[in-house]
Amino acid sequence: MPTDVEMPILTAKDFASDQDVRWCPGCGDYAILNQVRKVVAKMGRRREKTVFVSGIGCSSRFPYYMNTYGFHTIHGRAPAIATGVKMANPDLDVWLVTGDGDGLSIGGNHLIHMLRRNVDVNMLLFNNRIYGLTKGQYSPTSEEGKKTKSSPSGSIDMPLSPLSVALAAEASFVARAIDVDRALADVIERAAKHKGSSFVEIYQDCNIFNHKAFDYATDKASKLDNVIYLEHGKPLVFGKDRNKGIWLDNSRKPKVVTLGQGITEENLLIHDENDEKHAFMLSRMSYPDFPEPMGVLYRIKDDCYEDLLAEQVHDAIVAKGAGTLDTLLESNDTYTIEA
Amino acid sequence: MIAGSETGASAKDTQKIASAVVRFAGDSGDGMQLAGTQFTDTSAAVGNDVATLPDFPAEIRAPAGTVAGVSGFQINFADAEIHTPGDVVNALIAMNPAAFKAHIDDVEQGGIVVANDSEFNKINLKKAGYPEGYNPLDDEVFTQKFKIYRVPITRLNEEALADSGLGSKDVGRCKNMFALGLIYWMYDRPIDQTTSYIDNYFSKKKKMPQVAAANINALKSGFYFGETTEMFPVRYQVAKATITPGKYRKITGNEALTLGLVAASKLSEKTCIYCTYPITPASDILHSLAAMRNYGVKTYQAEDEIAAVCAAIGVSFAGQMGVTGTSGPGLALKSEAIGLAVMTELPLIIVNVQRGGPSTGLPTKTEQSDLLQAMYGRNGDCPLVVLAPQSPADCFDTAIEAVRIAFRHMVPVIIMSDGYIANGAEPWLLPDPTTFEKIKVEHPTDPDSFEVYGRDENLARPWAPPGTPGLEHRIGGLEKENISGNVSYDPENHQEMTNLRQAKIQKVAEFIAPVEPHGDGSGDLLVLGWGGTYGSIITAVDRARAAGRSVSAVHLRHLNPLPSNIGDVLKRFKKVLIPELNTGQLRMIIRDRFLVDAKGLNKVQGKPFLVEEIEQAIELMVDNRWPDRVSVIPRQHKVSVD
Ligand code: SF4
Repeated sequence: MPTDVEMPILTAKDFASDQDVRWCPGCGDYAILNQVRKVVAKMGRRREKTVFVSGIGCSSRFPYYMNTYGFHTIHGRAPAIATGVKMANPDLDVWLVTGDGDGLSIGGNHLIHMLRRNVDVNMLLFNNRIYGLTKGQYSPTSEEGKKTKSSPSGSIDMPLSPLSVALAAEASFVARAIDVDRALADVIERAAKHKGSSFVEIYQDCNIFNHKAFDYATDKASKLDNVIYLEHGKPLVFGKDRNKGIWLDNSRKPKVVTLGQGITEENLLIHDENDEKHAFMLSRMSYPDFPEPMGVLYRIKDDCYEDLLAEQVHDAIVAKGAGTLDTLLESNDTYTIEA
Repeated sequence: MIAGSETGASAKDTQKIASAVVRFAGDSGDGMQLAGTQFTDTSAAVGNDVATLPDFPAEIRAPAGTVAGVSGFQINFADAEIHTPGDVVNALIAMNPAAFKAHIDDVEQGGIVVANDSEFNKINLKKAGYPEGYNPLDDEVFTQKFKIYRVPITRLNEEALADSGLGSKDVGRCKNMFALGLIYWMYDRPIDQTTSYIDNYFSKKKKMPQVAAANINALKSGFYFGETTEMFPVRYQVAKATITPGKYRKITGNEALTLGLVAASKLSEKTCIYCTYPITPASDILHSLAAMRNYGVKTYQAEDEIAAVCAAIGVSFAGQMGVTGTSGPGLALKSEAIGLAVMTELPLIIVNVQRGGPSTGLPTKTEQSDLLQAMYGRNGDCPLVVLAPQSPADCFDTAIEAVRIAFRHMVPVIIMSDGYIANGAEPWLLPDPTTFEKIKVEHPTDPDSFEVYGRDENLARPWAPPGTPGLEHRIGGLEKENISGNVSYDPENHQEMTNLRQAKIQKVAEFIAPVEPHGDGSGDLLVLGWGGTYGSIITAVDRARAAGRSVSAVHLRHLNPLPSNIGDVLKRFKKVLIPELNTGQLRMIIRDRFLVDAKGLNKVQGKPFLVEEIEQAIELMVDNRWPDRVSVIPRQHKVSVD
């Protein structure tokens, strides 16, 4: 980019499209939309270089509300489409917005494979533990026994942990945040800065079909006892009075302990973002047995698929010379028929 | 001195023939495809016209020695132009009893059978399913009908390679070259092309000079065996065909398609990104393109068929050349995403190499039964462009045309190849790249005049890839308002957009040359075909015309939209016959569009048409012997009339 061109500084407002936002009043999606707009503005991202790709579901309306390039695709397939976009143009800043149904049910396969390839995409998975757009059926993250229209006797499906799935899929960046939590902006920003697939699970309140599903993690009175904010290199301390922590017992299983009576912060588990096993353990900690981890669970540096692909093209050209139309038709086994 | 270069030195009789059909058949591990390919390359290089039909089992390694595990390769080579691999086999090379059993019915009366006698032992005869104590080589039914040569190929090969230093397994692997050498002698072909292939492949590429030497030795031994043994009284000569002079290469449909895609990428200055999931018989396109990174080609082996087409759509959205390739079952999986490409009006190339269906069907066999799927197999009214190449080399031009149409009209294009032309080969006169027309692509840049679903003279919307300042916009699978591209649920707009999507496809017809019948502009019978049946149809029509019948042919490359004059052409003939390797899919379309009482010749046996089958159907129709029905199904090489 020529340096003499002044690029105007964009604000969150500049990233808002002219479309009316059509989520239900009180839906958690609004808060996430606002944070994302702020983060991309703050980071100086350019609208023309930014692409939001989504699948199907309430969350997947997201691209319409961003004044960037956007592609509202088909159910579950956004990771595959985003991969195509990055292969075609690795310079683009690609975001992917999905939900628990879109990303983990119909599109589970694509989610896994985009993450393992480490395509440089920021994936925001809005987890509201319900199907909203189709009016309230249980989802792959709904708790066992959940009564919904499609499970009047209670769901008999075992829910899965999106974070565990992401880690098992070799994601290079795995984090979690909550729609109404102030920490959300920071997590999104770190995800955006990460080169490679960033997976962010966002607890999102579906005001209509699963209201207060995350009350334990958002209610002022209880939340500090039910979530734990992760900080790299710091001990795992939580609680309203910051008097509780996580340590490993003799069988190396996590355990909630109360500080005092000989237990100090030094005895606690230290958060290490670069430790896969540690991250997986954190991903298994769930309410009510444990405080649920918020923030960046895992982050490593790894090559991106689209860069490796471009590199192979580059190397082949260096090794064999750039192919042309003439060399294309020639081959080892041509022969000439004389007149 | 190179064996075979001394033509005519042999004391034996040499008989001149116009053409021959040779089929190599053996266990799938016997190297029959390589033997066949080498024979083809050599025949092409000596100036024959050639057409091939490889035939492999669906299992990679079916139990050795069984009929299910037989792999065959048929080649027709001639001193004149030919379009098909031939109806009947003149010479069969049967490497074991199973190969004999699987293929003997296709050999002409009086035809040659070279049987690898070493393998006709008790165990192998049993594996092939012959009754205890029976050997077909001793059966008068066969010995009287065919010229059977019992050559102990396995043993002779072992003896020839006794000092090769290779283990017995590796020695055994050379016996296809012994057989090839013998057949080279029998048809008076030089072996030097194959020796240099072996040398390149085994010595230079694989660094196995010992294996190379053994293979060459086996090849020569087979050749000399033919020359010295008393067994073969004659050898045959097929003279050069009068072929347009120039530089040629032998090419399969999958290879030609690959080259066409890369050429289109160069002509449009777009990166070809081929997104696919391995599937028979399309995988070779992936293999070839994956080795062409130095052409700027990117390949993406997706997690499944759906991801493959979706990635290709992402590529197109981002402004490059998105291509996906598959076969019937994969096309079914891609339907929803193809609908997205239609809705978002993005260019997209979908290669469908058809195979026998439904479901997994006959993965390695050919069929044309995906036409209706390609035309209509999506939710909603969802038209797109459908093209079909007619021969292996034609895949090159079809691929370029597909990209040209996709870019000019902002539509998905399906290329309907099939297993027969994908794996079959023919000589290809290399075109002159300087004569290729560029593929023009325009991307808008002016924010003031930009409308996401604005229309040009072809009704195409502008292609504005991300990265273009000021043109930020959102697209998706929801219905769009015309011009603005905003989501719209308006009833009248939906009607208008549905009509527009159809009209866009119809616009493509303006760029398609009118069809001209092969033969006459009118007459008793028009034989209408599409895709890979071209060779058989044209040959049959030419023969019927030579016999004085008023028959002409039209072969469609454009299935959707159809060429604009096709309706008029159909009406100028008294009758219409549509031969297809399905139960009448084009016939259904033609009857639907033009209310023409077309009859069908419909074959679904996993094999291409024999010329004879079409010839007989032509005769039945022209001679008014066609019973009052709409279709005839060929059976055992005979068109049934009852
Ligand atoms: S249904 Fe639920 S998730 Fe969907 S917009 Fe309404 S509140 Fe939000």
